[in-house]
Amino acid sequence: MLLSLLCVFLYNAALGMGCMSTVLSGWFHLIPRLSSIVPESCLLIVVGLLVGGLMKLVGEIPPVLESKIFFLYLLPPIILDAGYFLPIRQFTENLGTILMFAVVGTLWNAFFVGGLLYGVCQLEGHRLVTVDLLSCLLFGSIISAVDPVAVLAVFEEIHINELLHILVFGESLLNDAVTVVLYHLFEEYSSVGSITVMDVFLGIVCFLVVSLGGIVVGAIYGILAAFTSRFTSHTRVIEPLFVFVYSYMAYLSAEVFHLSGIMALIACGAVMRPYVEANISHKSHTTIKYFLKMWSSVSDTLIFIFLGVSTVAGPHEWNWTFVMATLIFCLVARVLGVVGLTFVINKFRIVKLTSKDQFIIAYGGLRGAIAFSLVYLLKTEHFPMRNMFLTAIITVIFFTVFVQGMTIRPLVDLLAVKKKQETKRSINEEIHTQFLDHLLTGIEDICGHYGHHHWKDKLNRFNKKYVKKCLIAGERSKEPQLIAFYHKMEMKQAIELVESGGGAKFPSALPSTVSMQNIQPKKPPQDRALPQLSKAREEEIRKILRTNLQRTRQRLRSYNRHTLVADPYEDGWNEILIKRKKMKELEKKISQMNNYLTVPAPPPDSPTIARARLASDPQAWGLKSVTESIPTIKVDLASPQSPESVNMVDEFGKKGSQSKASKEEEGGLTMKVPSPTNQRKDKTADEDNDKEPQQRLMRCLSDPGPTAEEEDEDEAFLP
Amino acid sequence: MGASQSGPVYMFQDLAQKTGFSIEQIKNLHNRFMYLTQDEDTLRRKHLENISNLALNPIRRQIIEAFFDKRNMGEKGKGCLQEIGFEEFVTVLSFFRPPKPRTADEDMKNIKKEKLRFLFNMHDTDNDGIITLDEYRRVVEELLSSYETIGAETAKAISDAAMLEVASVTVGQMGPDEFYEGITFEQFMQILKDVEIETKMNIHFWNLDTRTMQCGK
Repeated sequence: MLLSLLCVFLYNAALGMGCMSTVLSGWFHLIPRLSSIVPESCLLIVVGLLVGGLMKLVGEIPPVLESKIFFLYLLPPIILDAGYFLPIRQFTENLGTILMFAVVGTLWNAFFVGGLLYGVCQLEGHRLVTVDLLSCLLFGSIISAVDPVAVLAVFEEIHINELLHILVFGESLLNDAVTVVLYHLFEEYSSVGSITVMDVFLGIVCFLVVSLGGIVVGAIYGILAAFTSRFTSHTRVIEPLFVFVYSYMAYLSAEVFHLSGIMALIACGAVMRPYVEANISHKSHTTIKYFLKMWSSVSDTLIFIFLGVSTVAGPHEWNWTFVMATLIFCLVARVLGVVGLTFVINKFRIVKLTSKDQFIIAYGGLRGAIAFSLVYLLKTEHFPMRNMFLTAIITVIFFTVFVQGMTIRPLVDLLAVKKKQETKRSINEEIHTQFLDHLLTGIEDICGHYGHHHWKDKLNRFNKKYVKKCLIAGERSKEPQLIAFYHKMEMKQAIELVESGGGAKFPSALPSTVSMQNIQPKKPPQDRALPQLSKAREEEIRKILRTNLQRTRQRLRSYNRHTLVADPYEDGWNEILIKRKKMKELEKKISQMNNYLTVPAPPPDSPTIARARLASDPQAWGLKSVTESIPTIKVDLASPQSPESVNMVDEFGKKGSQSKASKEEEGGLTMKVPSPTNQRKDKTADEDNDKEPQQRLMRCLSDPGPTAEEEDEDEAFLP
Repeated sequence: MGASQSGPVYMFQDLAQKTGFSIEQIKNLHNRFMYLTQDEDTLRRKHLENISNLALNPIRRQIIEAFFDKRNMGEKGKGCLQEIGFEEFVTVLSFFRPPKPRTADEDMKNIKKEKLRFLFNMHDTDNDGIITLDEYRRVVEELLSSYETIGAETAKAISDAAMLEVASVTVGQMGPDEFYEGITFEQFMQILKDVEIETKMNIHFWNLDTRTMQCGK
């Protein structure tokens, strides 16, 4: 009975420890100074060590990271997160380099470390002489693999440039196949005892089968998921579930057949993403993103904590020679491997890897929990030195994660390695990137050269012609990439504006007063409906207005907190109505996305300035597009309607100027939804029509504002 | 060709020095040139149009025009030629040569400027030094031309948005009466400075497929 009590206590302890550690890691982020020096992974391991130590003090047996739990539950979320959000473009551009590092680099590391360790063991004599070559090679193969979990944990915090990030990260993902093959090979051979040339050849075949098989399995599940998502338009709520279930099944299927589960997972995520994203709703997309981030975050935390606890718990056998030799050989092998491979790779690359890059790649070769779990799986009967291996691996892991993890950030700063650029993709860049793709393909065709671009173009055409039709529902299958990008940008802007409530600060862009009016050719003067004023008179009047503007601006600014945006604190009923209408419009817009392509607003000003300017400043009349991008409340003083009646001016889903005309009739308090979607801009004839309602309007709810006379003066300046 | 066998060698060396290709690459390009023109001396538009793979490219017209554009030949001239020789062929292709590994930063900037100039010339079809809204619209229309279902307003909207963005980023503040003519070369360089043209706009020239000399592809 005591035993059962102990079991319950132990179980609870493990659970409690897990929860407590997760909470601790949350608090960790509140200590900014600490998090800038020490990477999170280090701190988590330390926490694990403390917890393990505590448990040992109490007399409990600290739980060890069971390999089954690790491989089945903790690892997949991290890999799926990485695979789903893998930047495909950079990955494929550097695929050759990544494969070289992953395959050849890992093989080199494995044999170098294994071979040299065997030599050391033989030389050392007494205790180590029992370690045979195959065991050493097995150990070498386990420890030589760069670990994706550790790499992700450290590299994400240093914001290094995309090329290096994808090289190291891609290598850590793809070397799983090599590790799996080598591991199983050496394990089998150890029991047999000897290897022949035939076995080596079989090993190579096995490697190809494992890696390609894994990828194929993943791709099949990916296509299945994409196909399923095509039909989920009526069951939006469970869309994320399909993504997760299919991916996990891909992983399990691959593991069952001893194929590379990690590669299957990556292939599944990468293959299904473009099609699934075209099919699922925006909310599902957000759900998937946040769930993946959450799960991978939790897994990450747990893995490092368990690593710390296992260090305290695990059976250890310390042997100075072996451990030190392992450490030194690992580092040396990594450096030599990277330098040697880069020398070869640079002959084939357009963008050469500099020595700074090489240093970071070598330094970023972190080992992690996968190696630990693989050693843990070894059985002591076959491998009498298992505990020693365990100790050595833990030492290497600790060294790489602590020493390399902590020092990589100052080193990156010291060496002035290029960091990641946080620029938003602009539509110009997108247009030109596509243009460049086609241009390079064309030049390749002219030269008769079947290069990178040629095959990429062929793949894209195949994709467009056959695959997209099967896997994407409805109209979206025919949408060109440029337009999809454009839609996404518009959506993002619209959602940003809605989320910020239209009142808070806007994304960083510079205020600009350029509008479509500036770009369209000037209208010939005959079109002016109003009498020409002499320049001097115009200037005078402008000056008058500007001075009035100063006063108005001040008044308006002082009211900005309570006005202009539907103030949720004023009237809860209004708020609910407004919000519901906003969401409805947004959904309608999403479903009608194909028909509307409109000009996005230029980066908007803060709403108060824009509105204030618009109210009285003649300069701001060009700001038509800006005003539409912010939610404004139009109050028509003349209207008998009470401020309580809120009408959503429906910007979305209506065509051209007819809508504007009908909207003008709506008096009272109207809420204009933020919208970058104003097709009218192209029709300059409508300018006069459109400007009028805005001029009437920017008033705060409680301030009658400038007098009506000023309005008439304003109108006289309509061009 | 028989009598001038020794001639081409010197010509190749000159070209190699001028354009930066190696002799080997120039020889391969020469073979390709001969194949395209079917052993004539000059290349005409129709020779390029005969390339079957090129027919599927949405911007083939502009690519072909770029080969006959005087501005890309290094002279100060404007306008286009009707036919070009091997030298002009290689000159145009030299815009796509990857920069040598140990190029100084200054040279890299120049290379980037040259490549951007090539792109600019491709867009600026009327040779007036700026890309107007119409020209940009045509670019976008051509890009989308391989999708039959897309109408003209779509291309118009996208190009309008893009122009607006360029104007906003480069000029910033404009009064309602000012008129934005178009994208100048400096502005073009500014908006594309993040795209890293000098590393992207390149082709491996060492891998010319000599099989194309025999087979019909």
